[in-house]
Amino acid sequence: MEYPDGLSYTKDHEWALEEEGVVTIGITDYAQSELGDVVFVELPEEGTVIKAGEPFGVVESVKSVSDLYCPVSGEVLEVNHDLEGEPELVNSSCYDAGWMMKIAVSNKKELGELLSAEQYADYIKSLK
Amino acid sequence: MAQQPGARGLVFNEPLIFEHGRKGRKGCDVPKSEFPETDPAATMPPALLRGPVEGLAEVSEPEAVRHFTRLSQWNYGVDSNFYPLGSCTMKYNPKVNEAAARLEGFAGLHPLQDASTAQGALRVMYDLERMLCEVVGMDAASLQPAAGAQGEFAGLLLIRAYHTEKGNPRKKVIIPDSGHGTNPASASLCDYATVTLPSGPDGMIDLALLEKEMDGETAALMLTNPNTLGMFEKNIKKVCDIVHAKGGLVYGDGANLNAVLGKARFGDMGIDVCHMNLHKTFSTPHGGGGPGSGPVLAKKFLEPYMPAPRVTLRDGRYDLDFNRPKSIGALNAFWGNFGVYLRAYAYVLTMGGAGLREASETAVLNANYILAKLRGAYHVPYEGTCMHECVLSDKFQQEHHVSTLDIAKGLIDRGFHPPTIYFPLIVKGAMMIEPTETESVETMDAFIAAMKEIAEVAKSDPESLAAAPVTAKVKRLDETQAARQPDLRYRR
Repeated sequence: MEYPDGLSYTKDHEWALEEEGVVTIGITDYAQSELGDVVFVELPEEGTVIKAGEPFGVVESVKSVSDLYCPVSGEVLEVNHDLEGEPELVNSSCYDAGWMMKIAVSNKKELGELLSAEQYADYIKSLK
Repeated sequence: MAQQPGARGLVFNEPLIFEHGRKGRKGCDVPKSEFPETDPAATMPPALLRGPVEGLAEVSEPEAVRHFTRLSQWNYGVDSNFYPLGSCTMKYNPKVNEAAARLEGFAGLHPLQDASTAQGALRVMYDLERMLCEVVGMDAASLQPAAGAQGEFAGLLLIRAYHTEKGNPRKKVIIPDSGHGTNPASASLCDYATVTLPSGPDGMIDLALLEKEMDGETAALMLTNPNTLGMFEKNIKKVCDIVHAKGGLVYGDGANLNAVLGKARFGDMGIDVCHMNLHKTFSTPHGGGGPGSGPVLAKKFLEPYMPAPRVTLRDGRYDLDFNRPKSIGALNAFWGNFGVYLRAYAYVLTMGGAGLREASETAVLNANYILAKLRGAYHVPYEGTCMHECVLSDKFQQEHHVSTLDIAKGLIDRGFHPPTIYFPLIVKGAMMIEPTETESVETMDAFIAAMKEIAEVAKSDPESLAAAPVTAKVKRLDETQAARQPDLRYRR
């Protein structure tokens, strides 16, 4: 399992990367491995305003359907339309080509409340 | 094992109906009409006219009959063998219920007939409502909802109507993570946000956590009891008190009612509104075998909001009452799935009160028998006595890289329908087994033997399970590709 440094993490297994007020969001290696083969990803419309902790979409695998929870509040700038045709990118490249959406963060303080790579790795260990 | 249905037998390869027959072949000749033919174009707007239809099957009667008979031989149902699909209550459907549903006086009824000419049918509906109220300790029932999820939806509409009339519809619904899968969807459809309540370590509702989440904006708690771990919520009365103290209502999901018939009643627990599934608990056909029926039942104070029309009895006459100004409205075309009511009615009458109680006792005993026999061979995530279904996991088999999916496929090779897998979601690699009361000890022993053998094979020859099923008509399917690139249309 890989949890790159520099990303922030939630206990719901999303990652977030902030660059100049824009936060890119996806799901972690642990999440994609637990879900198994992802077959469908439902993402919000661009322009939607979402609060931290609220569901922003749905990820469906052969095994189950799970909500995706937004790590920080803000407006959706862009979603990854490649996932419509190639949901498997979430499995093969969860931190890169399998990103899910970019949002304009409305309160940068919320980023500070997320877990670091090390804290997230410890959290995953505690689940086992 | 070769004698088990499904494992071997008469399995024909059968093409699609479109690949049978030849051009111009017909099953029957329609006699010439005694009325003069008219040109539809003379009386109908062009948009409604249909041109020639290409591609319909053109087969003789024996070709059609053989085609569908062969397809039916691929089927696996409660009439062929054990069907331990947890949470679904796949009990046997007694054939006497079918006889009742086919009585000409019922089968020949038209839904628009005047009530005065359908007194028997209305009486069946009225009496069935009373019987179901008695079973769960409620005051009013409506048979309209067509299945469990619609029953839930109806129940939440009642709750919303009640809160709205009091001045505030409220904003959210609390659902324990051991609740039934459709609960959040029903809440969402009624415009409520859902709050998931994590279970305590014993698989029960965490009272302290519930107390914290419960507030004046919570419309209801949706509760499945017994829950999807197959366990009875022991603190149910306290749970209801906490919700009521803040003005909320408690919804009882009747999906697992088969565990508690004649033993515990939702109404007595403090639950305000619930649904039940006639196609589970009351033995009507299920899962492709027939339409469902999910009556909604409630306490007296919610009766004004019940779906319209209501069946009434005045001065010995049954009627339909449409004048229900506070009603949430009609939920189904005409009066619901009436044929299902007849089957359920026949079931209740043939079983009687004592029979229904014994059904639940046997259902719970059977599930505990399977749990006791498979403990050790399989991991038991939540220990204790179970209700009518038990939950195992693939934790031991994972050491040999054998998953719940492989175990399920291995059961197909051994002639059994797999249990529910990967549900409840709170158990990793869950297998949820519900034998129901209709299975004999011999059948369960055969299933247990198959499960134990699979646990052994998982250690000695795990690769063979990865290839399962091998005796089935269709081998292991690529479920991922089927979901990612579904091929949904036949092309010639």
